[in-house]
Amino acid sequence: MKYLFYPGCTQDGSALEYKISTLAVLEALGAEIEEIEDWTCCGASAASVMSGLLGVVLPARNLALAEQVLGENDGYDVLAICSACYTNLRRTSEAVADDPALLKKINQALEVEGLIYHGTAQTRHLMDVLANDFDLEAIKERVKRPLEGLTVASYYGCQTVRPLSPFDDDQRPTSMVAIIEALGATVHRHNREASCCGTSLQMTKPEVGIGMAASVLEACEPADCVAAVCPMCHMNLDSYQDKTVRMSGQSRRIPILFLPQLMGLAFGLPESEMMFERHVVSVKPMLQKLT
Amino acid sequence: MATSEPLHLTAVKRDPAFADRLSPDGRLLRRCIQCGTCTASCPASPAMDLSPRRMWRMVQLGLEEDVLCSKTMWLCSLCYQCQVRCPRGIPLTDTITRLKEMALKRKLAASQESAGFYRAFTDMIRRYGRNREMEFMVRYFLATNPLNALNYAGMGLTLFSRGKARPEFPRLGGEGRLDRLFERVAELEGRR
Repeated sequence: MKYLFYPGCTQDGSALEYKISTLAVLEALGAEIEEIEDWTCCGASAASVMSGLLGVVLPARNLALAEQVLGENDGYDVLAICSACYTNLRRTSEAVADDPALLKKINQALEVEGLIYHGTAQTRHLMDVLANDFDLEAIKERVKRPLEGLTVASYYGCQTVRPLSPFDDDQRPTSMVAIIEALGATVHRHNREASCCGTSLQMTKPEVGIGMAASVLEACEPADCVAAVCPMCHMNLDSYQDKTVRMSGQSRRIPILFLPQLMGLAFGLPESEMMFERHVVSVKPMLQKLT
Repeated sequence: MATSEPLHLTAVKRDPAFADRLSPDGRLLRRCIQCGTCTASCPASPAMDLSPRRMWRMVQLGLEEDVLCSKTMWLCSLCYQCQVRCPRGIPLTDTITRLKEMALKRKLAASQESAGFYRAFTDMIRRYGRNREMEFMVRYFLATNPLNALNYAGMGLTLFSRGKARPEFPRLGGEGRLDRLFERVAELEGRR
């Protein structure tokens, strides 16, 4: 398996541990990863509000860089690990697929960067890749330290499965279940698995955003930890958890892990590649439960 | 305009072509049957001044200013539930992004915080090509309410102590990494 990796801004900043653990786990599973050189921001939720065209030109710039590497038919895909990057990159591919005029306009813009976008590069989410490109037996074989006795709440967030969900159900996703079980843990299913974490409302309208995060944490409460696959979800559930607890009266703190961190833990990969010390809510009580 | 008040359509300014001017394809909004699935699916609807269902009806009726001045769009977190559940297949969430763009361009945005957030973020991309989280936060607070930074001081210190945040020194002046691309996009949109 080979992937052309689009890390996204947050993975070089507050969610560095997501990138490092993802690379470690994919390497352990035998995947080959190449980072797109000179990538820039996908525009997040902001660029397309400032300008509809900018909102597709910024993702297209990265896809054009990817296409330089991919050539015509190399048969491998762009890998995004942030759900907002994923949605922006895919939204752009889909928009040009049936709109040659838009593709032409995007290329008129990309001219100043010396790039041409053809609309051929395909983007996939880490959740899709982990659930569908690797045999479950291969994952099980890699497990050195089964997560027995641990209950993990699966959490997908919104844009992992909406509006584009080629690999899972957009209301009740299940991609994580078999993976978490293969690691030896028990899955806590709940009714907020694909609910919103509050995204940037945490900053712009905290009274609303924090309520959304609180309802997710409340649904996850019976578990020992939450498994997430998006840096925005992680930020809102982990970094903001002190604020959320103050508002909601939640009875205890719950650690939020990126799914690859959980996999790395079970694979027995070095803690330096999991970087649990970066989390705001301590992972220690959960780790102690394992030993 | 409160959600419960009846609309007196003869007494207000209307632009029947409003929906048509919204992309991806504003004409799709004519399909709306007012079932209310969007409102029922929206995690932020209780905090909105216009419920999503009511707002889409007002878009159909061409009540442009009332829609663009409402807070509703600024409470959308892009969760896409209304869009994927809409029984008429209308790209509602994507259309909300177009409403935000219109409201900002016409200086009608009802949320200073959201406007400041989107501007500060886009400015980071233009300047550096990528977001720089700490500098972005500082710019956001400066653009909206500098005192609000105090509400995040505790969290900021925790993030520094965990190594999640790191000090960043802004580069002042000089050409931005994506200046030329941003300028070309503005030209293509006829903004200059």
